[in-house]
Amino acid sequence: MERIDIHPTHKHGDFKLRVGRPMPFGASLIPGGVNFSVFSSYATSCTLVLFKRHAKEPIAEIPFPDEFRIGNVFTMTVFDIDYENIEYGYRMDGPFNPQAGHYFDKTKILLDPYAKIIGGRDIWGVTPDWNDIYQHRSRISFDDFDWENDRPLEIAPEDQVIYEMHVRSFTRHPSSGVKHPGTFAAIREKISYFKELGVNAIELMPIYEFDEFEHSRPSPITGELLVKYWGYSTVGFFAPKAGYAATGKLGMQVDEVKALVKELHKNGLEVILDVVFNHTAEGDQRGPTISFRGLDNKTYYMLTPEGYYFNFSGCGNTLNCNNPIVRNIVLDCLRYWASEYHIDGFRFDLAAILGRDAWGYPLSNPPLLETLAFDPILAKCKLIAEAWDAGGLYQVGSFPAYGRWAEWNGKYRDSIRKFLKGDGTVGDAAQCLQGSPNLYESQGRGPATSINFITAHDGFTLADMVSYNDKHNEANGENNNDGCNDNDSWNCGAEGWTDDSGINALRSRQMRNAIAMLMVSQGVPMLLMGDELGRGQNGNNNTYCHDNELNWLDWDLLKTNANLFRFVKNSIAFRNAHPVLRNKYHFQNRDYVGSGYADITWHGTQAWNADWSPSCRTIAFLLCGKHAKAGTVEDNYIYVAINMHWEANWFEIPGLPEQLRWHISVNTGCTSPDDIWEPGTEPKLENQHGILLGDRSIVILVGK
Amino acid sequence: MNIAISKTAEITVIKLAGDVDASTALGVQEQVLPLAVPGSQIILDLTQVPYMSSAGLRMLLSLYRQVSAKEGKVVLVGVAEEIKDTMEVTGFLSFFTTCDTLDAGIAALK
Repeated sequence: MERIDIHPTHKHGDFKLRVGRPMPFGASLIPGGVNFSVFSSYATSCTLVLFKRHAKEPIAEIPFPDEFRIGNVFTMTVFDIDYENIEYGYRMDGPFNPQAGHYFDKTKILLDPYAKIIGGRDIWGVTPDWNDIYQHRSRISFDDFDWENDRPLEIAPEDQVIYEMHVRSFTRHPSSGVKHPGTFAAIREKISYFKELGVNAIELMPIYEFDEFEHSRPSPITGELLVKYWGYSTVGFFAPKAGYAATGKLGMQVDEVKALVKELHKNGLEVILDVVFNHTAEGDQRGPTISFRGLDNKTYYMLTPEGYYFNFSGCGNTLNCNNPIVRNIVLDCLRYWASEYHIDGFRFDLAAILGRDAWGYPLSNPPLLETLAFDPILAKCKLIAEAWDAGGLYQVGSFPAYGRWAEWNGKYRDSIRKFLKGDGTVGDAAQCLQGSPNLYESQGRGPATSINFITAHDGFTLADMVSYNDKHNEANGENNNDGCNDNDSWNCGAEGWTDDSGINALRSRQMRNAIAMLMVSQGVPMLLMGDELGRGQNGNNNTYCHDNELNWLDWDLLKTNANLFRFVKNSIAFRNAHPVLRNKYHFQNRDYVGSGYADITWHGTQAWNADWSPSCRTIAFLLCGKHAKAGTVEDNYIYVAINMHWEANWFEIPGLPEQLRWHISVNTGCTSPDDIWEPGTEPKLENQHGILLGDRSIVILVGK
Repeated sequence: MNIAISKTAEITVIKLAGDVDASTALGVQEQVLPLAVPGSQIILDLTQVPYMSSAGLRMLLSLYRQVSAKEGKVVLVGVAEEIKDTMEVTGFLSFFTTCDTLDAGIAALK
């Protein structure tokens, strides 16, 4: 039986039309044609504008007949169009009255906020035609990928090791040796690298379509073009960045990303997307009108009573996240990525904004965060909040979690950095090593709530953190005013590059100390791309605008810093080998399995006697292997001794059950290859009762 | 778009000439799908195909699915380097056996 709705009822020129369906929003392929659906709370009329791909002038402008509007939704089926080569947009008519929050302007052609493919910046870095009347062009996606048996991996959060990376930076450097440098496709060529390193999740810095030319300008120092390189400025929430795809010029980025996800999953790697819902690329009233502003400004943005843009994002505007319509688009978006792209998790940039109301006040029960936490499609996705914003709302430890949300633990970063450089703060460090129970336990949130990181894309790389006391951001062209000042870094004796072998040895040790602490901490460790290779950025702690070697990963570091790589790789392997480091629940500080040892015990230079005084720079702890994963699996005993003092210290080692002996796994006081052993190859410790820790060194023992 | 179909006792060879995109893919599909009978062994000779769009690649995968469902086999012959690269990057290639020449294609079906 043929459906009767495949027959057109209206005509516009050569185009045959019929009233569409309001759901789903966006453009959908249906038998015989394409269903277009777009909404605006305040528009008075709407016109569908169709272009042939890349054409300067439209091939048709089809006004939505009155009878094609349902509620505030304009919807239309257009039959027999060449959906593969069509670009479409909308003209919206309505009041232009910025004071009242309205920016309607029917001279502008607007991107569909639900566009699944966005043309206009098809190839990275190709200078756009600024006279083009339609810069970012909606296109139609098939969304029929053949996933075979794939689905998101659902790795237990506490078992994750996350690798935070930038798609282009990862393989753009000529040393990467890939076929399509800087693309999604190239990541696939490097899967064996992730596997060798031992991480099991990659977190991609923004891959939603953005405009690298937004605010682009020549560098006052080198003349090189500074661009929107990191991509924290969304043009469209449903479309992958075309310029990151080897097939972007063919419009096949959707398939390319899905093929990547499928292959990563096949290799046991999850994919987490860094998503930016706090603002859009339209900026404030001086910015371009791309989509939201022209469609429904007052709905999408937080506005002052005078009609100005609130700027809690530091980027000109703030998405009005708890408006019911905006809430829905965010939900639709995440559901789309979870179901259509099999994405395993999301990290929400400046997520505190997602908990603000339309006037910017923090909500105690933010509907958006609650909706995402309880959504059935997102139910197994990791939800990770960057629990602060640029408006001063800092919610680490207090982000409205609904039992679901994890947090980038900024306090972990700060405390471990301070302890690492010898500030003392041993009590804070001890909390960090346990998965920050001081922040999360009383709310019933487990250790995996805490995404532990010492470095991330914002701020110094690991190598720079031990090489610079201060940021050096001159290359960004903002007089070194950008980037954060609270780095808690220490240059180890000279600012920047040095040939002083003593300083370089100390830096090397400090990097390994940082990695060692990260990998024995309860919670979820996150490693920044390149830290395993000692990648530096010349002290620039905010390289958001550089499409050059400041950001690109130099794969030759694998040779020059092979020792560091080996240390990081084996540290991750150590974590992966020991479930006692990956507990789902917080320690109870007692023996609940009858092993004779509490799940965790604290020690100092004397066994069983930790020194908690504020100036203390030494600490040690013992994990009882019989308590691993709440006593459900058996593991070795693990002893970690940390000496962040500038002098060597003798540590008395706590005794083991009778038949077990201590073996040495890590000693950062030694040089490679004696700094770490592969799990299973650890030599027995000669003196079972004590060990000398060199200055600023960490020792990890395995009792087996 | 030109489609030439030749059959031997066991193997059907379909030779396409021209671009396969949204405007031609459907026509190709209409001629090719009826050949996907139970147990069919099909060689798709793409030596004369300089370009395949997203719709073209979808037509290929659709053919593969139809033939596989009927316990048949498909081999692609003479896929241009650029098309092959696109297929690799977008995941289409992993479904297919590809051969450089018709003879190799026939051998692959045996």
